[in-house]
Amino acid sequence: MTSAPRIGILALQGDVREHARTLRGLGAEAVPVRRAEELETVQGLVLPGGESSVIDKLTRIFGLREPLVAAIRGGLPVYGTCAGMILLADRVEDAIAGQQTLGGLDVTVRRNAFGRQNESFETTLPVPALGPVPVAATFIRAPEVTGVGPAAEVLARLEDGRIVAVRQGALLATAFHPEVAGEDRFHRLLLDLARERG
Amino acid sequence: MSAPTTGTGTVKRGLAEMLKGGVIMDVVTPEQARIAEDAGAVAVMALERVPADIRAQGGVSRMSDPDMIDGIIEAVSIPVMAKARIGHQVEAQVLQELGVDYVDESEVLSPADYVHHIDKHRFTVPFVCGATNLGEALRRITEGAAMIRSKGEAGTGDVSEATKHIRTITGQIRELAAKSEDELYLAAKDLQAPFALVKEVAETGALPVVLFTAGGVATPADAAFMMQLGADGVFVGSGIFKSGDPAKRAAAIVKATAFHDDPKVIAEASRGLGEAMVGINVADLPAPHRLAERGW
Repeated sequence: MTSAPRIGILALQGDVREHARTLRGLGAEAVPVRRAEELETVQGLVLPGGESSVIDKLTRIFGLREPLVAAIRGGLPVYGTCAGMILLADRVEDAIAGQQTLGGLDVTVRRNAFGRQNESFETTLPVPALGPVPVAATFIRAPEVTGVGPAAEVLARLEDGRIVAVRQGALLATAFHPEVAGEDRFHRLLLDLARERG
Repeated sequence: MSAPTTGTGTVKRGLAEMLKGGVIMDVVTPEQARIAEDAGAVAVMALERVPADIRAQGGVSRMSDPDMIDGIIEAVSIPVMAKARIGHQVEAQVLQELGVDYVDESEVLSPADYVHHIDKHRFTVPFVCGATNLGEALRRITEGAAMIRSKGEAGTGDVSEATKHIRTITGQIRELAAKSEDELYLAAKDLQAPFALVKEVAETGALPVVLFTAGGVATPADAAFMMQLGADGVFVGSGIFKSGDPAKRAAAIVKATAFHDDPKVIAEASRGLGEAMVGINVADLPAPHRLAERGW
């Protein structure tokens, strides 16, 4: 394993470019993943922000759903932001009819939990697992974690106690977008997990 | 923890970043909005008449009825956009109050001000604006637009103007990127845009906001074509609900947009869609009826 892991970004729809820029800034190789064979070549994966209903639909239409589920079960390090968090959740509230998730994280996530775009916001947020400096967090029509099962660990809460970042083994998820604000510590953690797995 | 702040540039531009690679569809009823969501739209544009009907029926075209917009907001969980007339700040205030996720200050409606566009910095809700060239795009961004769409010629089903506008914008960006710094002063003058913004585009080789394309996209191949020319995503107006099988065509355009570099997927998506919208050749449109010439 070299020091520059190859990280895939699920590139069916969403803010792929921002994640690629963040990963490349950390010296990783970032590649788009839209096909099962592309998934096989990566040591870690980002599920970007976007519309969770659209990404779900496209993963099923293009035969990516089963390989993704298998990769997650097999221990592939994965980081999901916003829509990506929804895709990683075992349970989702306020989904559209027929919407599925990939699962893996023992949490319940509610879509659009903070309201519409007028209520979207940015803030700084303490994340003790990432050190003493708070992270820049941008919430865009964001979800929140409304229930955490015994297997998952809470990484961050808003001041009012709402859970917005979680981890379970090699799976990381944030309701917000560090990648649009130049915040790279979650991506560093993903790279560490990818290196550990080798 | 700092206090949460709404309506910042990052937040406004951020929603558009999340829409990239997606298709935004014009809808006129809650039922159409649900069809669009089911087909994989990343957002819907709520309006009373699609551009093809605005064109056919004529008259002054204004912001949609709030009840109609409420009905569409209720019907779907994806973002809802709505149009205000160019310069009409009060229509935009009403749309923000209704809770739409993006305001389109649109040349498809009748302009309310032939001199000024809306000062978009005064709003929490983000704006998308049309542009036919780089200077126009940069002027809209200076006024606070958080997303640009190339205009094309709405309601025609003729993709040629969309092609011209996206090629013009991306081509002008490449020209800027090739200039030396001392040449950028003249470029800013020629583009009628602020020097700092011109310099930023020259350095990054891209607009500082997301660039979609619009106006005449009617088929999966049209959508993929726009993506190959450098669009971040596409708006489809009349092309879906003026066609023979809207649900199927909408889903096909979504697929072709995501796999815009894969002719096999586009070929498959193009099969069995029924009739496309009939369309009008832009060349047959008398100049006063060309919507792209509205806005400056």
